[in-house]
Amino acid sequence: MINSLTYPFDVATILRKKKAIKRELMLTDPQTEIKIAILGGSTTDEMKNVLELFLLKSGFLPQFYQSEYNKFYEDAVFENEELKLFKPDIILIHTSVVNLIQHPRYTDTEAEVDQLLKAELHKYQTIWQSLAQYNCAIIQNNFDLPLNRSLGSLDCYDIHGKTHFINKLNLAFSGAANEIKNLYINDINYLSAYIGIKNWFDRNLWHSAKYALNFDSMPLYAQQVTNIVEAIIGKTKKCLVLDLDNTCWGGIIGDDGLDGIALGNETAQGESFMYFQQYVKELKDRGVILAVCSKNENNLAKEGFAHPDSILKLEDFTSFQANWEPKSENIKNIATQINIGLDSLVFIDDNAVEREIVSSQLPMVSVPNTGSDVINFVDHLEKNGFFEVVSLSSDDINRNKFYKDNTDRIEQQLQFESYDDFLRSLNMKAEIKPFSPLYLDRITQLINKTNQFNLTTKRYTIGEITSIATSKDYISIYGKLADKFGDNGLIAILVGAIKGDVCHLDLWLMSCRVLKRNMEFAMLDALIEACKSKGVTEVIGYYYRTPKNNMVAKFYELMGFELIAENGEDSTWKLQVATYQTKNNLIKIENE
Amino acid sequence: MNRDQIFEKVQEIFRDIFDDEDLNISDSTSSNDIEDWDSLNHINIVVAIEKEFKIKFNFNELSSLKDVGAMVDLMIEKIKNNE
Repeated sequence: MINSLTYPFDVATILRKKKAIKRELMLTDPQTEIKIAILGGSTTDEMKNVLELFLLKSGFLPQFYQSEYNKFYEDAVFENEELKLFKPDIILIHTSVVNLIQHPRYTDTEAEVDQLLKAELHKYQTIWQSLAQYNCAIIQNNFDLPLNRSLGSLDCYDIHGKTHFINKLNLAFSGAANEIKNLYINDINYLSAYIGIKNWFDRNLWHSAKYALNFDSMPLYAQQVTNIVEAIIGKTKKCLVLDLDNTCWGGIIGDDGLDGIALGNETAQGESFMYFQQYVKELKDRGVILAVCSKNENNLAKEGFAHPDSILKLEDFTSFQANWEPKSENIKNIATQINIGLDSLVFIDDNAVEREIVSSQLPMVSVPNTGSDVINFVDHLEKNGFFEVVSLSSDDINRNKFYKDNTDRIEQQLQFESYDDFLRSLNMKAEIKPFSPLYLDRITQLINKTNQFNLTTKRYTIGEITSIATSKDYISIYGKLADKFGDNGLIAILVGAIKGDVCHLDLWLMSCRVLKRNMEFAMLDALIEACKSKGVTEVIGYYYRTPKNNMVAKFYELMGFELIAENGEDSTWKLQVATYQTKNNLIKIENE
Repeated sequence: MNRDQIFEKVQEIFRDIFDDEDLNISDSTSSNDIEDWDSLNHINIVVAIEKEFKIKFNFNELSSLKDVGAMVDLMIEKIKNNE
C-alpha cells in the first residue's frame, strides 16, 4: 500500500486506507523527528493526515500542531504559549485565495488598489516577522487563482481584476522569500494550474466543510510540501542514474547504430527523448550528478552521446557504467566511485525487470515506477520531488566540477589557439596494424554496424573477414586510438583488394566517435606503406551513396584523390602511390 | 447493482475509513454508534463514496443524511440517474 504514495498516486487508496497505510509506514521505522505547525486559513485536518503519510514515507516521524480553523493570523501574531511549547521545526502557513477577503472594487483608484495590496502584504509580513521568534523554517503558500472571474480575460490586466491583484501579490511574496532567511514559498499557484483550478478547488467541499483544497489534490499538495521539507533538511537526492537504450534514446544503440536510434526533431519519438534529455541537462546544470548504468558495450554506449541531436554529452556524466554486469552491482560501483550513499541515487530505466532487480537488491536506491514510455519519465522525476532545492547556491551549480574526473574536452578545445594545438594536447596514440585474430569479432561487428563514416557500406561475415585477414591478395588494416582521456578502442578499418599493381578499396570506415581527430590521415599513411611493400602503384577508392553516408561524399577529395568516374551519386577516385606525402603528424603510431 | 451489493461496498468503505475490519453497519447505524464518526470523517466517507460509485452529492443533501440507510437510499437514486 505504501506504493500508493509514489507518483502517480493512487488517490482512492490513500484517502480510504490512510490509517492502514500509516501503520505499514510505521513498520519501516522512520527516524527523523520533525515538528510541524500548520497555521491554516481553511480546514486542514485531512490535508494533515495525507501530509503525515508522505512525511513518514520520506523517513520523517512528524508531530503536528494545528491552528483552530482559519486562525492562522491570530496564532502567528499574538502570544501563543501552546505553539511555544510545541517548538516547531517547520511552520506551514496553509492559506489560499479564500483568505483574500478584500479584492479591489471597480471604483478604486490606482492608488487605492496599491494601498489594498500593501495592506494585504503587510498582514503576511507581520505574520513572518512574528514567527521569526520560533527560529524555524516557514513555508508559506502563495495564492491560487480564483475559480471564477467576472471580468473574464480582462481580470488579468485591469488593475481591478482579482487575477491581476493575485499575480502582484504572488510576486511580492517571491520577493519576500528572497529577502527573508528561512521563508520558503509553496507554489500552489503552479500546483493548482497543473492540476486544473476546477479540480483543485471543489465548491461543495468548500461550502460544506471549508476545505479550500479538493481531496483528490491532497496527495500532490502533500508531496510538494514534503519536497520542500526534504530540501530544507537536506534529504534530497544527489545523483541521477540513467539507463541508455529506450531511456536516453529510442532503440538499441548496439543493434540500430548511431543513426538508427530515435533522437531528434524528425519523429515524435525522437523529440520525446530530446525533451527528457533537456530536462536531465537542466538538472545537471544546477548540480545534480549524472551517471550511466546500462547493459551495453562500453564503446557503443558512449557513441550514443555523439549523436548530433543528443543534448546530453558524454562529459555530462560523472560515472559511466556500460557493461554486462548486473545493474545492482554497477549502481554500487557508481556510489563508490562518486563517494555518495546509495540513498542519494535515483535510477531511471524503461525496463521493469531491471527496475525490479535494482529496487529489490538495493532498497536504498529510489527507483520510480516510470513504465516504459519516455513521455512519463520527467513527471516521475519531478513529482516525486527527488531533486527539490530551496536555493541555488554556487556550490550546487559547481558541484559537478568537484566530482568530475573526466575533464571536458570541448572546454579544453576553447583554450587552444588552433584545432591542431588542441589535437596535439590530446597526446593521441594509435595502433594501426593488419587484421589479427584477436580483433576479428570486433572488426566484423564494426563493419556491419557502421553506416555514416563508411565509403562502400559493404557487409561481411566473420568467415569472409577471417579469409581476408590471411589472404595475400588483400591489404587489411585496423586502427585503434587512445588519448589522454582514455582509450577509444578499435575504431577504423580499411580493406583493399590487390589486382596486379592496383589496390581497390573495398572498405574504408571509421567510428564517428573519433571524427576530426586526423585518424583518417594516419590510416591512409599506413595503407600507402602497405601498398609500397606489395608493389602497388595506384589506389582506387569507391564511394557508394547510401541514405546515411552523405558525410563522406567528398572524403576522397579531401584525402587528395583524383576523381576518375561518376555514376549518379556514386564516384570513383584514384591516388598515385609514388607522389604520396605522409599526412599524419599529430597521432603517434605505436605498433609494438 | 442491487441494494445489498451497494450496502456491502459501503460497509467496506466504513471499514477502511475507521480502520476496523470487524465493523458491521446496518441501515440504522448513525454517527451516534461509531465513536470516530465526526464531521471530518463524515466528509471522508462521502468523498470515498463519491469516488467509488462515481456520483456527486451536494451540500444540502449532505446535511440530511441521518444514518447509513438514508445514505444508501440516496445513493441508489443517484446511481440510477447515472445509468
